[in-house]
Amino acid sequence: MELQTLTYLIVGLSFALYIGIAYWSRASSTGDFYVAGKHVHPVANGMATAADWMSAASFISMAGIIAFIGYDGSVYLMGWTGGYVLLALLLAPYLRKFGKFTVPEFIGERYGSNGARVVAVICLIVISFTYVAGQMRGVGIVFSRFLNVDIGVGLLVGMGVVFTYAVAGGMKGITYTQVAQYCVLIFAYTVPAVFISLQVTGVALPQAAFGAEVVEGGGYLLTKLDQIVTDLGFAAYTDGTKSTVDVFFITLALMVGTAGLPHVLVRFFTVPKVRDARISAGYALLFIAILYTTAPAVGALARLNLTTTIQTGPVFEETANLAYEERPGWFRTWEETGLLAFDDKNDDGRIQYYNDANPEFAERASAHGWQGNELTVDRDIIVLANPEIASLPDWVVALVAAGGIAAALSTAAGLLLVISAAVSHDLLKGVFTRGISERRELLAGRISAAVAILLAGYLGYNPPGFVAEVVALAFGLAASSLFPVILLGILSVRVNKQGAIAGMLTGLAFTLGYILAFKGVFMPPLAENVAENWLFGISPEGIGAVGAMLNFAVTIAVSKMTPAPPEEIRELVERIRVPRSRP
Amino acid sequence: MSEPSTNGSGYWRDNMRLVGICLAVWFFVSFGCGILLVDFLNRITIGGFQLGFWFAQQGSMYVFLVIIFVYAARMTVLDRRHGVREDDENAPQDPPGTSS
Repeated sequence: MELQTLTYLIVGLSFALYIGIAYWSRASSTGDFYVAGKHVHPVANGMATAADWMSAASFISMAGIIAFIGYDGSVYLMGWTGGYVLLALLLAPYLRKFGKFTVPEFIGERYGSNGARVVAVICLIVISFTYVAGQMRGVGIVFSRFLNVDIGVGLLVGMGVVFTYAVAGGMKGITYTQVAQYCVLIFAYTVPAVFISLQVTGVALPQAAFGAEVVEGGGYLLTKLDQIVTDLGFAAYTDGTKSTVDVFFITLALMVGTAGLPHVLVRFFTVPKVRDARISAGYALLFIAILYTTAPAVGALARLNLTTTIQTGPVFEETANLAYEERPGWFRTWEETGLLAFDDKNDDGRIQYYNDANPEFAERASAHGWQGNELTVDRDIIVLANPEIASLPDWVVALVAAGGIAAALSTAAGLLLVISAAVSHDLLKGVFTRGISERRELLAGRISAAVAILLAGYLGYNPPGFVAEVVALAFGLAASSLFPVILLGILSVRVNKQGAIAGMLTGLAFTLGYILAFKGVFMPPLAENVAENWLFGISPEGIGAVGAMLNFAVTIAVSKMTPAPPEEIRELVERIRVPRSRP
Repeated sequence: MSEPSTNGSGYWRDNMRLVGICLAVWFFVSFGCGILLVDFLNRITIGGFQLGFWFAQQGSMYVFLVIIFVYAARMTVLDRRHGVREDDENAPQDPPGTSS
C-alpha cells in the first residue's frame, strides 16, 4: 500500500476511535461537562493528564530542540516534569477536596471575592488561548506534511474532530479520548526510538542506549557526540551555553508554570477521592516520563546520526564531507519538504555542516576552503524523519503522523474546555447571571466551547506572528499569577482578597511587562533581548519565576496590612486540608 | 464541620513536615545535582554518562516519580492514623455546587 494511503487509513481510524469514544461518553449534566462526573479512575486520569499536557511541541519539537542545544535542553526536561511534584504535594489533593468545577471558582471562594475570580478568569483565558493557537497550528502542519493537504484543510478537519467530542462530550468525552490519544502518541513515539537505539548502540531501551557504546567504531555515545560536535566548532553536547542563573530560573519558571496551568489543574477535579488526586499526579508523571526520558536519548542519537552522515571522517580531510550526489534517501525526502536545505557556498559539491557563528573555528574553516555552513536543519526533523532514518516500515511513519495529531488534538481539547468552563461557569453563572439553570449553563458551556474552537482555528490559520514567542508568556503568566495565590490560599489562613488581587496583578503586570519589553509583541522591543540587558541575567523565559516571588511577597505583605479574612473562609481552608471531615 | 483543631493541626503539621522533606529532595536532585553542582558532578562518570548531565536529563525525572509515589503512600498511612481517611463504601461525595 502507498504510504499516503496508509497514513490516511491510520489517521482516519484514530479519528473514528476518538469520535466513537465521544459518543459513548456524552455529557448529560454540568458535572459531566466540567469534571467528568468525578468518576475518572486515577490511572485513566493520569493518562488523560499526560495527553492533555504533552502538546504538539513535546511530541514533534522537543527531542529536536534538545538535539541542537544539548545540556541546555535540560530546562525543558526538568521544568516540565518537576512541576508535577509541586502539583501532587501542594495543590491537587486540596483542589480535589474543594470539590467544585474550575480554578477561578476556587480562587473566588477562597478569597470571598468575585473580583479575584474575574482576575483569575482573565489570566486563564490569556494563558489558554496563547497555548491553543500553537496546537491548532501543529494540527495543520502535521496534516500538510504527512497528508499533502493544505494547512487550512488540515485545520478544518482537526477543528471538526475536536468540535465533535469536546462540545458533545465535555470533560467526560475529552477524558476518555485523551486516554486513547495517549496510547496512540506514546506508541508512535517509542517504536521509532527503540529501533534507532538498536541501530546506533545495539541496546533496545533508549534510556540505556543514551549511556551506551556505539556499534560503529566503539566509544560511548555521549563522548563521541561531544567529540564530533566540538570538532565542528559547536558547544560540547553535555555542556551547553546558557548561564547557570538562567538555567536555574527557566527551570523554576517552567516547573511553577506547569503547576499553575488551569487545564492541568482541572484534571485533578475529575477523580473520585483526595487520595486519588495524589496518586493520579504520580501516574500522570509516569506516563509523561516515558516520553520525556526517551526524548533526550532520541535527540542525542539523532544528532550523532545526522552529524556523522554529513561529516563521514576527520574534519578538514577533503573526502570526509558527504558528496551531495551521494546523499541518502531520507535526505532527499525531507529536502522536498524544506526541513533540510543545502546551499553549496564553496561549489565543491560536498556538504559542510559546522558552526560558522564561532569566529575562531570559522577562521580555521575558511583556511580549508569552507565558506560558511551549507546545511540548514529544521529541528522538527529529528522526530519526523526518525522512522525513515531507521528504515522502519511505512506503517510506523503513518503512526508518527497519527501520534503528532493526537498530541495536538488532546492538548487543544483540554484547553478549549477550561476556556469554555471559565466563560459559562465563572463569568455567566458565577458573576453575571447567577440564577441560570443547569440546562442553560450546559448549553452556554457548549456554545462557548464552539466559539473558542472557531477562534482557535482562526488563530491557527493566521498565527499572529508572535505565537512561538509567547509560549514563555503562557508559562510565565501561569507561574506568576495563578500558582502563588492558589498555594497561599491553601497554606495560609491569613491571606485575604486584597492580598490576592494585588499579588495576581503585580505578578501579571511584571511578567507581562518584562516579556513584552524584550519580545516586542504588538510593538517594537524596548531593549535588545541579550544577556547584558536582562535583570540579574534572567531571560524572558525564566522571568515568570521572579514574577511568582513578587506575587508571593505582595500577597503576604498586603494581607498583613489589611483585616484577616472572615471566619467562614478559615473554615473553608480547614476543611480542604483534610480528606474527610467528621460531620 | 471542621476537625477538632488539635487533631486537624497534628495532621497538618505531619503533612507539612513530609512535604518539606519531599521538596528538599526535589530541589536537591534537580536544581542541586542537575544545575548548581553539574560541573562538579560531571567529573564523575558512570558508564557512558557524566553524572551531572545524567541527573539533568534522566535522573531528576526518575526521582520526581519516586517522590510522588512515596508521598502518596505515606499520606494514605497518615490519613488513616489521624482518622481522616475517606471511606471506601460511603465516601462523602460532595454534591456539585454545594459546600459540605
